[in-house]
Amino acid sequence: MIKWVPIDQSAVDDRIARITARSIKGALKTDLLKLAVSMTDLTTLEGKDTAGKVMQLCRKALQPSSLVSVPPVAAVCVYPSHVKTAVQALTHSSVKVASVATGFPSGNTSLKIKCDETKRAVGDGAQEVDMVISRGKFLAGEYAYVTDEIAAIKNACGRARLKVILETGELGTLEHVRLASDLAIAAGADFIKTSTGKIQPAATLPVTFVMLEAIAEHYDKTGRQVGMKPAGGISTSKQALHYLTLVYEVLGQRWLTNEWFRFGASSLVNDLVLQMHKQQLGTYYNRDKISID
Amino acid sequence: MDFKFAPAPESADIADIKATYGLFIDGKFVKATGGKTFTTYNPANSKHLAKIADASAADTVKALKAAQSAGQGVWKKMSGAERGKYLFRIARMIQERARELAVAESLDGGKPIRESRDFDVPMAAAHFFYYAGWADKLEYAFPGANPAPLGVVAQIVPWNFPLLMAAWKIAPALACGNTVVLKPAEQTSLTALKLAEIIQDCDLPPGVVNVVTGGPEVGKSLVNSDIPAKIAFTGSTEVGKYIQKQVAGTDKHLTLELGGKAAHIVLEDAALNQAVEGVVNGIFFNQGHVCCAGSRLLLQESIADGFIEKLKKRMRTLVVGDPLDKNTDIGAINNKEQFKRIQHFINSGKEEGLTVFQCPTKLPDNGYFIAPTLLLNAAQSSRVVQEEIFGPVLSIQTFRTVDEAIEKANNVSYGLSAGVWSEKGSRIFNITRQLNAGVVWANTYNKFDPASPFGGYKESGFGREGGVHGLHAYLKINI
Repeated sequence: MIKWVPIDQSAVDDRIARITARSIKGALKTDLLKLAVSMTDLTTLEGKDTAGKVMQLCRKALQPSSLVSVPPVAAVCVYPSHVKTAVQALTHSSVKVASVATGFPSGNTSLKIKCDETKRAVGDGAQEVDMVISRGKFLAGEYAYVTDEIAAIKNACGRARLKVILETGELGTLEHVRLASDLAIAAGADFIKTSTGKIQPAATLPVTFVMLEAIAEHYDKTGRQVGMKPAGGISTSKQALHYLTLVYEVLGQRWLTNEWFRFGASSLVNDLVLQMHKQQLGTYYNRDKISID
Repeated sequence: MDFKFAPAPESADIADIKATYGLFIDGKFVKATGGKTFTTYNPANSKHLAKIADASAADTVKALKAAQSAGQGVWKKMSGAERGKYLFRIARMIQERARELAVAESLDGGKPIRESRDFDVPMAAAHFFYYAGWADKLEYAFPGANPAPLGVVAQIVPWNFPLLMAAWKIAPALACGNTVVLKPAEQTSLTALKLAEIIQDCDLPPGVVNVVTGGPEVGKSLVNSDIPAKIAFTGSTEVGKYIQKQVAGTDKHLTLELGGKAAHIVLEDAALNQAVEGVVNGIFFNQGHVCCAGSRLLLQESIADGFIEKLKKRMRTLVVGDPLDKNTDIGAINNKEQFKRIQHFINSGKEEGLTVFQCPTKLPDNGYFIAPTLLLNAAQSSRVVQEEIFGPVLSIQTFRTVDEAIEKANNVSYGLSAGVWSEKGSRIFNITRQLNAGVVWANTYNKFDPASPFGGYKESGFGREGGVHGLHAYLKINI
C-alpha cells in the first residue's frame, strides 16, 4: 500500500540552499571529481545516432581523457538499435551498456511492445535498461497500471538492472515525484531516474532530494538499496559536486559508488576532466584540449 | 573514499579589526572619561580581539546630550525625504562592507559565517532600506494623526544578533526623526562600532547616532537618565523587568523584546521530512541563541518515534566547528557564562530523568562549543520546558490531540513565537489563532522580513519592531 507523502516545497528549497552553500575543495574535490567520472552514464539518444557515433562515444567512455588519469565511465546509454555496436566496442571492459527501452521517450505504446523491446535490448547484450513510466496513466491516477507495467518490464529485464525514468518535468509537483518514486521502488526498480533529457526541466536538486528521501525511507524500512540517477541538465563539475554532497547527506557514504549512483549526461565528463586538470596543474587547460565526444 | 570537508575558512583579516575602539559620541570616536577599557574575545578560541572603551556615567550623559542637541538642532527639522537619503546611504554602505561585517560578526560572536554572511548582514541592510522608504511617508502610515518624533531614544541590544539588532533599532528610530544612543552588549560591540564608522562615513549629522560601549552600568545610566524619551530594549526578561520598574512613573516610552520558549508543533498530517528541516532551522540557527528559537518540540504521538529518528539522522549531518569555516552549520557558544548556563540546563534535564541525545561529533578543543542536543521524554513540568535555555538544546514532548497541543504551547510564561506544521490549511488557521505568541510561522520557521512586525506577549515583552508597527513605537501619534 503506497501512501501519499506530503512535501513542502519551501523547506526543500531551504535544504538545497544549504547543500549548494557547502564548500568542496582540496582532497575531497579531487576524489569527488574522479568519482563523478566513474558514475557517469555517457549518453547519446538522438534520432541521428549512427554506429560511428556510438563507437566513438564508447572510446570516450573507456578513456575519457588522454591527458590525465581518469577512470572509465560507468556505462554508455544508447537506443536499443545501437546496443550491439556498443556491446562490441566495450567487450572486456568495466563499462556497462545501458539501453533505453519501452517506447522511449514518450512511452506511449503497448505493454507488449515495451516488453518485446526490453527483451531484445537485453538479448543484444544490454546490462542495464532505462525505461520510462506511463506519465499519462500516472497523472490520470491509474497507479496500479503504472506499477504493474514497471513490474512487467522488470520481469522482462531478467538479470539486467532496471532504471525507471519518472520524467519528473512532466509530473508537476514534488508530491507526484515522491509518489512515482515510491511506486517504482515498490515495483522492483533497481534505480530511479529523473528524466529522459527530452523534457525541461530535467534533473534538479530539489527533485533529486525528494527521490533520495524515498530511497532512504525504503532502505530504512526494508534494508534494500535502490540506486539514483539524475539525468539531463547536469553539465558542470560544480553541479555534480552539489549532487554528490546531497547524496552523502541524505543517503550516506554507502551510495557513493557507481553501483548506486549515476549521472545521466553527455557533456559533464568534459567539464570534470577540465577541472581535474585544474586540480593537478593549478591552471585551466585550453578547452580545445578536451575531446568533445 | 572518505567524505570529509576540507577546511574552507574565511580569512580573519577581512574583518579589519582595530586594536582599540572608542565611544562614538557627537560624530567622533573618543576615549572613555577616565580611560577605562574592556577586552572583547573570540568565543571560538578565547583569543583577544580588541580593547573597547568602557563608558563612564559622564560619557553616557555626554552621548545623551549630543543626541538631544542634534535632535533639536538638525534632525527633527530635516525633511523626511532628506532623512531617508541618509538611511539609504547607510544601507548601501552596509552592503559595500558586507564581507568585512560578516567576518567581524562571526569572529566576535561565534556564529557561523554562513549565517552572518547570508542572514545577519543582508537583513541589517534590508532594514535600513525598508525604513529609508518610510521616512517621508509617515503621514501616510498614520493619516491625520500628526506623527512626530519622540526625541532621544536610548536603545540597548543583546549579543545574539549584534549588528542586526542595532539595525532593527536605529533604522526606524531615525526614519521617524528621533536621535539615538545605542548600547551594544559588552560581549559583542565590534559590529555596532563598525556601524558607527559607517554612520560617520555617511556624514550623518554629529550626535544623531551615538554608541556607548560597556557593561550593565552603562545600560543603567541610560535607563535612569532624564533625557531619553524612550527606552527600547532587547534582551533577557530579568533585565526587562528591571527596566520596566525603573521607567514606571516617568513619562518615558518603553518597548521590550525579551525571552521566549517557543512551541514548535508537528501534526501527524505534516510534510514530515520538511518539518525536520524546519525544526533543525528553528532550534540550531545561531547555536540556539535566538529569542524566538523553536526550543520546545511538540510531536503528535502517532508520528513521534519516526520523527525523532529522522531528526537524529539529520542532526548527524550538521557540521559543528570553526565559525569562519564556510561549511560550519553550528558555531561557538557566544560567551563563557552562556556556555555554563546551557550545560547547567542539560544536566538539569538529566537529573530530572530526561534522555539526552547529542550528536557524536568531535568538538574543537578550544573555545565554547556544545553539540546539538535533544532532551527526550520531556513533560510540561520539566524545568527545561519552562525556562529559556538560549542554546542548541531542544526539548521534545508528545501530544494526542490538537487541543492538547495548543494548551501545552501556551502553558509557559513566554509568548514570543511558535511554529505549526500541517498540510491542512483550515487546521493551521484554527491552531495559529489560538496560540498566544507574537509571531507564528506555519510550515516554516525563523523567516524574517523588514516589512513584518516582530514582538511578544506575556513575559516576552511588548511593542513591535518591523513593518508599519515598528514606526508606531518611535512616534507621538495624536488620534
